[in-house]
This record gives sequence, C-alpha cells and structure tokens, in this order.
Amino acid sequence: MTTPLSSMLWIAGGGVIGSLGGVGLKAGANRLKLTIPALLSNWQLMGGVFAYLLSSVLFVKGMSKGQLSVLYPLVALGQIWTLLWARVFFREQITRTKVMALALIILGVLLIKFGSDQAALAPH
Amino acid sequence: MTASQSTPEQRRNALIAVACATIIQTIAQLLIKQGTLSLGENPSLFDALRGMFTILPLFGGYALYGLFTIIMVFALRHGELSMLYPTMALSFVWVTVASALWLHEPVNAMEIAGIAAIIGGVALLGRGDKT
Repeated sequence: MTTPLSSMLWIAGGGVIGSLGGVGLKAGANRLKLTIPALLSNWQLMGGVFAYLLSSVLFVKGMSKGQLSVLYPLVALGQIWTLLWARVFFREQITRTKVMALALIILGVLLIKFGSDQAALAPH
Repeated sequence: MTASQSTPEQRRNALIAVACATIIQTIAQLLIKQGTLSLGENPSLFDALRGMFTILPLFGGYALYGLFTIIMVFALRHGELSMLYPTMALSFVWVTVASALWLHEPVNAMEIAGIAAIIGGVALLGRGDKT
C-alpha cells in the first residue's frame, strides 16, 4: 500500500493550520479582556479556535488513506511550525533547550504511536 | 501583557497549568471518541452537530475541550507559545496510561520509551532556559 500525495498534503496542511491556531490563541490571549463585547471582537481568539477545529478535520481526512508510518511523522513534524511562528509573530527565542525538548517530544509521540500500533498487531 | 513582560515564575506556572490541563484534554478526547461510536458510520454533518448536544459523552467531551481551551488561553497570557504548545503532547502519555489502567491494554517497551521521552522533553521546558 502506498501513501497518496493527497493524504500527505491534508496532514501537512493540517499541521500548518493547527500551529497557526496556536498563534491565534496566543494573539487573542495577549489582548484578552473579559467583557462580552471584547470577547466577541477578539477575532484572533475565534480564528484560533476555528483553525484548531479545521486542522482536526484535515487530520482525520488525511489519516483515512495511506501508510501510518509515513503520516505519523508528518503529524509530529507539525510541531516544528509552532517554534517558527512563535519566533516570527511573538519574537520568542528559539533556544537550544527548546529545540532539544521539542526533539524529545516529537520522538516520544512517534514511539507511542508506533508502539501502540505494534501492540495492536501482536497476539495477546 | 505579553509573555516577555512576565516573570520566569509566571511562565513556569503557565507551563504547569497546561501540563495539568492535558489531563482534562485527554478525558475530553476519550469521551469524544466514545461518543462518536454512537453516531454510527458515515453520519451527516447535521447528525454530528445534533449529537454534540444529545449524546452525553459527546456533549461532555466538547464541554471539557472548551474548558481546556480556556485554561490554555489564560496560560498563554503569561507563557510562551513555543513552550506551551509542545507541552500539549503530554496527552499522548495520559492516553497510553489510561488505556493500560482501564482497558487493560498491554504497554510495550516502545510506548514506555515514548512516555519517558515526552516527560523528559516537558521537564526540560519546565526547567527553563539556561542558555
């Protein structure tokens, strides 16, 4: 079974949109005021929530066809966008600690994903 | 108020808040997953939307997801996006732990290594930057 390019694009696109959802939440949080009119006009916050929902739809769509061994890493790599956006939009520093932590987290997510697939296949 | 004006302690508290909130996120995910089973195969968009209010696990799951998002937004006021977003991956740890505890699914060495890697990564973020 091969992985269609369309599945990869759904997943990659979902990763970009989901990470931009994080940007929206952060931008919305920075100007957060707890009054109804302020919340209703906080388009960054609403955009962030919408982007999250959209990305989960794209992930489900992308996951439906193709090899998970190709698609899981694409999901995990989506995390890297966040580091980049945080630098571009909020001038957060990309430090060695953050890069190492992110590498560990991505590795961990992949190990759990592939590990649970293996467990599901093994007879027990 | 932006993250750069926050104290290191506020940033750390934000990270701890998100780390704890991932438990809520995990319960929400599990409830939604269970709730979608009641929708049957190929539900229409209308059925799915109605189900969010009429199927109790779906309703509860989305409500908890909303709560998680609110905690996330408050944490983001003081915390950095590049630290809090990766922390959300802790939900993979909780899902694995929950399915071992309640569904008695066996946990293999890869999954244990994965749990250790994610917790190590989040701990590294929590320790803060020395560079």
